[in-house]
Amino acid sequence: MTWSLFFVQALNGLQYGVLLFLLAAGLTLVFGIMNFVNLAHGSFYMLGAYLGAAVYSASGSFVLAGVAAVTGALVIGVAIERTTLIAFYARDHLYQVLATVGLILFFNEIARILWGSSAIYMRAPQAFTGAISLMGILYPSYRFLVIAVGLAVAVGLYVLIHHTRIGMLTRAGATNLRLVSVLGINIRLLNTALFGLGAALAGLAGLMAAPILAVQPGMGDNIIVTVLVVIVVGGIGSIRGAFFGALIVGLVDTIGRVYLPILLSHLTERDSADAAGSALASMLIYLFMAVVLAVRPQGLFPMPR
Amino acid sequence: MTAAILSIRGLAKRFGANVVSGNIDLDLVTNEVHAVIGPNGAGKTTLINQVIGELTPDAGTIYFDGRDITALPVYQRSLLGLSRSYQITSVFPGFTALENVSIAAQGHDGHSFGVWYPAAREETLTAASLASLQQVGLAEKAYCLASELAHGERRQLELAMALVSKSKVLLLDEPMAGMGRRESESMVQLLSMLKGQYTMLLIEHDMDAVFALADRISVLVYGKIIATGSPSEIRNSPEVRKAYLGESYASA
Amino acid sequence: MLLFPESISPRSPRFIAVAALLVVLAIVPPIAANAGGPFYVTLALRILVFALAAASLNLLLGYAGLVSFGHALYLGIGAYVVAILSFHGVTNGWLHLGVALALSAIIAFLTGLVCLRTSGIAFIMITLAFAQMFFFLATSLKYYGGDDGLAVARRSDFEPLFSIQSNTGLYYVTVVVLVATLYLSWRLVHSRLGRVLRGASSNVRRMEALGFPVLRYRLAAYVMAGCVCGFAGLLLGNLARFASPAYMAWTVSGDLIVMIILGGVATIVGPLIGAIVYVILETIIAAYTQHWMVVLGPIILLVALFAKRGIYGSFLAWERRIDFAR
Repeated sequence: MTWSLFFVQALNGLQYGVLLFLLAAGLTLVFGIMNFVNLAHGSFYMLGAYLGAAVYSASGSFVLAGVAAVTGALVIGVAIERTTLIAFYARDHLYQVLATVGLILFFNEIARILWGSSAIYMRAPQAFTGAISLMGILYPSYRFLVIAVGLAVAVGLYVLIHHTRIGMLTRAGATNLRLVSVLGINIRLLNTALFGLGAALAGLAGLMAAPILAVQPGMGDNIIVTVLVVIVVGGIGSIRGAFFGALIVGLVDTIGRVYLPILLSHLTERDSADAAGSALASMLIYLFMAVVLAVRPQGLFPMPR
Repeated sequence: MTAAILSIRGLAKRFGANVVSGNIDLDLVTNEVHAVIGPNGAGKTTLINQVIGELTPDAGTIYFDGRDITALPVYQRSLLGLSRSYQITSVFPGFTALENVSIAAQGHDGHSFGVWYPAAREETLTAASLASLQQVGLAEKAYCLASELAHGERRQLELAMALVSKSKVLLLDEPMAGMGRRESESMVQLLSMLKGQYTMLLIEHDMDAVFALADRISVLVYGKIIATGSPSEIRNSPEVRKAYLGESYASA
Repeated sequence: MLLFPESISPRSPRFIAVAALLVVLAIVPPIAANAGGPFYVTLALRILVFALAAASLNLLLGYAGLVSFGHALYLGIGAYVVAILSFHGVTNGWLHLGVALALSAIIAFLTGLVCLRTSGIAFIMITLAFAQMFFFLATSLKYYGGDDGLAVARRSDFEPLFSIQSNTGLYYVTVVVLVATLYLSWRLVHSRLGRVLRGASSNVRRMEALGFPVLRYRLAAYVMAGCVCGFAGLLLGNLARFASPAYMAWTVSGDLIVMIILGGVATIVGPLIGAIVYVILETIIAAYTQHWMVVLGPIILLVALFAKRGIYGSFLAWERRIDFAR
């Protein structure tokens, strides 16, 4: 157990965490206002990855790919919200979740039809294929870029929420929706704007993740459940909760996966320790969530209501 | 001097900077009707919520029938004999009036882990429920769905549910809320029939009802009790007049 | 009739419809043998197993108002118990059943203790998360097949009482279990516990103020539902002769919910109707195109949008209307 390994894994955890944050932020924003959980959020992530990969291989420009991913996800997101999801705002959570499940299946299959079932691999942009040296340790510069972008978005969102009119409306709407709408603010428009922002962030996350993970149909399905864990742990509706929840979950998951098998192999013989270790590691964030909920059912940084 | 069946000592609750309950002391004597009046937002419903346990106070103690119930969960307080009605009607819309009352009776009739026998066929529950419906004058509507009852009938149903469990203390939160003149008068008649048999903490805005029913009145303003006494004492109290009642009642 | 928890006339449409359904269920294997053989029995079995799982979820979702999005977890538990025990040479059916029910009960109890303290969207998300946790647990069990799943060496042995080694035998056992479950659910809904669950579904606060420790009763229902679904999992594992982590994917929980809503939430027979329609629909679409999800996805969306009472629920409403007209 060396410090350099730990340091690298901590950075990996941070990188995973900011990716989760990009997804969680959009999801929790919409939930705070409209009380609507959009599980199909993972589909925007997937579409962002596919659009980005397609544009990147066609143009060779990572920036162009980024623009494509973000605007593509934004447009599709707004279109879906205006045409389909709007019919569900008054319905019970049960029907909302069910509708989004239908959307997920639909988008996964569309991806399969357009781009096939096998995974697509995307290369990191030229400027970031190397590694940078940090305190004597080599770390992939692309992953560093992801961390930087994620933190920049976090700062941007903070400024948006706390220092702009839209942010103030969002915070007000989250505490008392009826009052805000009575004051003449167009809640529908506000929600569509937030939804679009969330979808754009998800698309960005998809693009940033593409060089690290494989781009394939259904890539949003598993990560969205992790995002749900983030939101539950952080506090549903709270951006701050999404940020810290994402970082905590990212770190716990990454470090747990590496160190749990090692820890167990110190206690028992090799073979079963590996198996038990990896089994436990995959369950770790859920057990962590259970513990947090047992102690603090409203999450770590809940919205004041 | 009859003992107090419910004693509240030093009850305090605040939401941020807003003090909803400020060091409240209140005694409820057995079989008295004790009305709590006060302007809107004074914290009357919050008081009942804390007594029943739906809201946890920041400080203070609640004694019921000699024991400290401050830490007990809601359902246990109910089983000890504390029942409440709600300001906003809280009957079960999908059930008939009879079923609503029967559920209330079931809550105080042992455990509910039965999974085989139809509850509707339990004679004792049904008999007790019909009796309560009779008591509040809702007997003919026994088999109507609660969602189909008129507003006033639903308030009567609320009362029937509170009565069937043979509670020692009834916490009534604005039983006449939203009722017209005639409905209110019937409710007042009903409550005066129950007077002397039940201990009641009555929150109401309808002053005629309050002065007709109450043995004692406490006045709650901005979370604090500013006066407690007999109806005539309260009517003539200058502080109360200033804070709440207005000139018309003061000169009566 | 004291056998029924509520009074039903043998001439009412409801009685006739359910009786007809039971007759149809009973005669599927002989008809299938004439029509086209084993495929139809297998299809019918798939329908019934999912109907059983959906019926168990309906108790929570329809009657208790607890939207569990991780119920498919117990399907996986049942199937894996069969596969793993069989893998180790243990084929006694009663042992399979005992372990499946016990394990389902324990897991339901422990996860229920955590989930049931939350409500609304948090409850949905947490049940989803727990199912996912077990999904990952199953995929990480490399010794038992991991991602690829585990084949069932030999079906559960219930001899000499009865045999499920043939699909026909398995079919009749499944019918019996399903019908028994529906009957017991019917009784439960009208019992004291059923009242508590239904009351709490509309107003928990009120129930507590009436003297009911609601969590306790919900936990009991949660465990019962988990056990029945675990039983369904055991039957599924025997049917497919396979256990796979895919049985626990949250999309499967979604399928169960669609079946319930399609058939009729908070009706006893609804889940069965929903399962029949949904599985047949899925089979037909899949026969036409490899990309059947593209059609099914929007169908699920439409069901969520329009199905207020579901097929059987609408039938019951129609029955009530003609009753008043008389």
